[in-house]
Amino acid sequence: MRITPLLVVALLAAACGAPAAESPETIKLIAHDSFAGAVDEETFAGFTDETGIEVEVIAAGDAGSMVNQAVLSKDNPLADVLFGVDDVFLSRALDEEIFVEHSSDLLHEVVNGLYDGNQFVTPIDFGDVCINYDKAWFEEAQLPVPTELDQLRAPVYASILTVEHPATSSPGLAFMLATIRDIGEGDDWLDFWADLKAGGVHVVPDWDTAYYSDFTRYGGDSAMVVSYASSPPAEVVFATEPLDEAPTGVIETGCYRQVEYAGILSGTEYPEAAADLIDFMLSVEFQETIPLNWFVFPANRNAELPEVFTENTTVPEFAGRFTPETVARDRDNWIDQWVAVMEG
Amino acid sequence: MRSVRWGRLAVAAVPALFIGYFFLYPLTRILLLGLSEMSFGADSVEARLVRVGWFTLWQAAVSTLLTLVLAAPMTWAVSQFEFRGRRLATALVTVPFVLPTVVVGSAFVALGWSESVGAILAAHVFFNVAVVVRTVGTLWSRLDPDLHDAGRVLGASEWKVFRTITLPLLRPAIAAAASIVFLFTFTSFGVVLILGGFRYATLEVEIYRQAVTLFDIPLAATLAIIQLVGVTGALYAYTRYQERHASTWALRSDAARQQPVGPNRILVVLSVMFTLLMISIPIAVLVARSLRPGAYAGLFEDDRVVGVPISSAGNSLLFAVIASLIAVLIGVMAAAVITERGGRLSRWFDLTLMLPLGTSAVTIGFGFIVALDWPVDLRASFWLVPIAHALVAVPFVVRTTVPTLRSIPGETREAARVLGASPWRVWREIDLPIMSRAALVGAAFAFVVSLGEFGATAFVARPNTATMPVMIYRLLSRPGSGSLAMAMALSVVLLGLTALVVLWIDRLQFGEIGAF
Repeated sequence: MRITPLLVVALLAAACGAPAAESPETIKLIAHDSFAGAVDEETFAGFTDETGIEVEVIAAGDAGSMVNQAVLSKDNPLADVLFGVDDVFLSRALDEEIFVEHSSDLLHEVVNGLYDGNQFVTPIDFGDVCINYDKAWFEEAQLPVPTELDQLRAPVYASILTVEHPATSSPGLAFMLATIRDIGEGDDWLDFWADLKAGGVHVVPDWDTAYYSDFTRYGGDSAMVVSYASSPPAEVVFATEPLDEAPTGVIETGCYRQVEYAGILSGTEYPEAAADLIDFMLSVEFQETIPLNWFVFPANRNAELPEVFTENTTVPEFAGRFTPETVARDRDNWIDQWVAVMEG
Repeated sequence: MRSVRWGRLAVAAVPALFIGYFFLYPLTRILLLGLSEMSFGADSVEARLVRVGWFTLWQAAVSTLLTLVLAAPMTWAVSQFEFRGRRLATALVTVPFVLPTVVVGSAFVALGWSESVGAILAAHVFFNVAVVVRTVGTLWSRLDPDLHDAGRVLGASEWKVFRTITLPLLRPAIAAAASIVFLFTFTSFGVVLILGGFRYATLEVEIYRQAVTLFDIPLAATLAIIQLVGVTGALYAYTRYQERHASTWALRSDAARQQPVGPNRILVVLSVMFTLLMISIPIAVLVARSLRPGAYAGLFEDDRVVGVPISSAGNSLLFAVIASLIAVLIGVMAAAVITERGGRLSRWFDLTLMLPLGTSAVTIGFGFIVALDWPVDLRASFWLVPIAHALVAVPFVVRTTVPTLRSIPGETREAARVLGASPWRVWREIDLPIMSRAALVGAAFAFVVSLGEFGATAFVARPNTATMPVMIYRLLSRPGSGSLAMAMALSVVLLGLTALVVLWIDRLQFGEIGAF
């Protein structure tokens, strides 16, 4: 039998067909709504230029809802990569083994305290939950801005503080964890909250209510609210009229760091492309777009912060955080104790 | 004759397959998954659940009653009289229906109504007034005035005529409206979360908390079943009631409203003003907060993070058109089956179609994830969003059309049949014209249900397309005076768009409506 050139070409094409399947045209990224909301054509353009692979983003509600969806679909995953699992939901994701291992070459560039040796997820960004204060209000009231959590026990401060409920709000939970870490476990932190309650602290269900209804800057009665270290630069970027400086400031003690991770979903057909996407998200190129799109801090310490961030906030010093396992184990119990003090 | 039977079967099969594949199948899958790891919680958990269950039930009952009472004057005014601004007023009461709960919640909080049962009840009335005004009003406007006039001529007082003639005739529509309001408030989520804080939780809020926050899928599944049992019980009572009280009085082909005269003029003005005032207080807060320089212009500019906010209006309208087309198609077919057949089977069919309205959004959303990857992987597809909207919208179409269809006297259809009309022709010439008005009211609801992005979609994985409510959430969840003002401005645009759409649908009529 004579082998025709045409057959050779056909065989070569067939041979090339196999590896082609390993490099897909599109890779799917499932993310929570607040990440998905800021994705546009530019977001992954660098990745597509480099690899020829498009990124399709699937929005999946809030972080808790997303992790649950990933768990429920683990036999037939909805996507190849998941982004946006945080410390609160990480242990659920790890217990259910929804990720395959990946160790990025860029891990040594990650800010200290974010990476705990976990092989399944890669830190991409972090945000610090901190008390924000209304600069103009404090100036007018001629009251010094508190610098220690303990000062908040005084009614003069407690009465002008709004916190979110730890059972219904992610920053609310983070702030409660900060008080346990800083004031001390056992009864100490509960005494602190009892003092806040006696002093007239205001508890609301979610961040929007705290910030846009209770905060003096938006016509409320609280000059201090639990928000994020990145809120002051956001005030400048999203102001109705241009501002020279942020109208709000950050109290740098009692902050709690929330880390967001990405992982390769087990069951993906394209683990290599998925790994490349995670590495891209940790590269300086992508990391430098993080602050102004998602208002959190880049995990890669080589990424530079934009001016509006460096001028209006600082990255609070890392004060330690509970492991995902501890949070998963003790959270309910802590919330029950908190509720007993605050609503008892 | 055979083709007639096949035709009937097809009319029954389409809604049955729809509800079976997109609701019962995912629901069964997720509940079985949850129950397979079933374990009973501690006593403290049970105590909380009893409290939550009781609160869910009584707040829904009180909300429903309050809504019926507070909506009554307006319903009377717009259904009985013609006056300038009647259509506008009817459209305006529908507007709260689409507002994202986070927006209404923030308006209530700004008014100082928060963390109380009163605030929750007030918000429930605010959202649901339209259900009563439109469902009951549609039937009331078409009651034969001769009955009323005969009563008056025979010497009965206006009150006695209302109590002994009008009210009994309105019972089917009142029960229909009450059932929808009850289901909505029984499964209330956002309102209770924002205005109730941690203290007041409905089963719906508790299911979310257990499933999403605490990962206790078995407990969440148990709660979802308790919720389903409650909803099914309420619906069963409702359908029985409906059958016993179905009235087949001749209806007018269409409303012939009169100008109010004498003391009625004042009463009409007062009734309408009362309701409009009630709903306009929270809306005034939104409008006031949106009136910042550049807020409306900002909607048309490319925001560095969320894109052009107004572009979400296109997405919302597209989803709403698809969802209401599906809902009307399925709903009208289902209504035909329910009224034609009667009996136990049709009662359960009716009840099943209503269930999505009373099923927790988390349960439906997670059910989609575990079930809808076969035979085609629909999870995370574009179509799942309008389908989820349609599931919640179908009950509105069914509830508005069934009472009207039931009111057609059997003799009318029989006469047509005797005269040689085919079943299709009977339906087209008798049922369709009488029902089209009611179906349009249902369609309007379906449209606003979709615009308001109700139910399961918050828990459905979906392509990254922002609808208006999603865009409002995105703007509201970041700091900055511009973010707040634009979120409020977009809410006002959503309100305006809703009012326009409802006005337009209200004006639509299909063909010439014949008298009979």
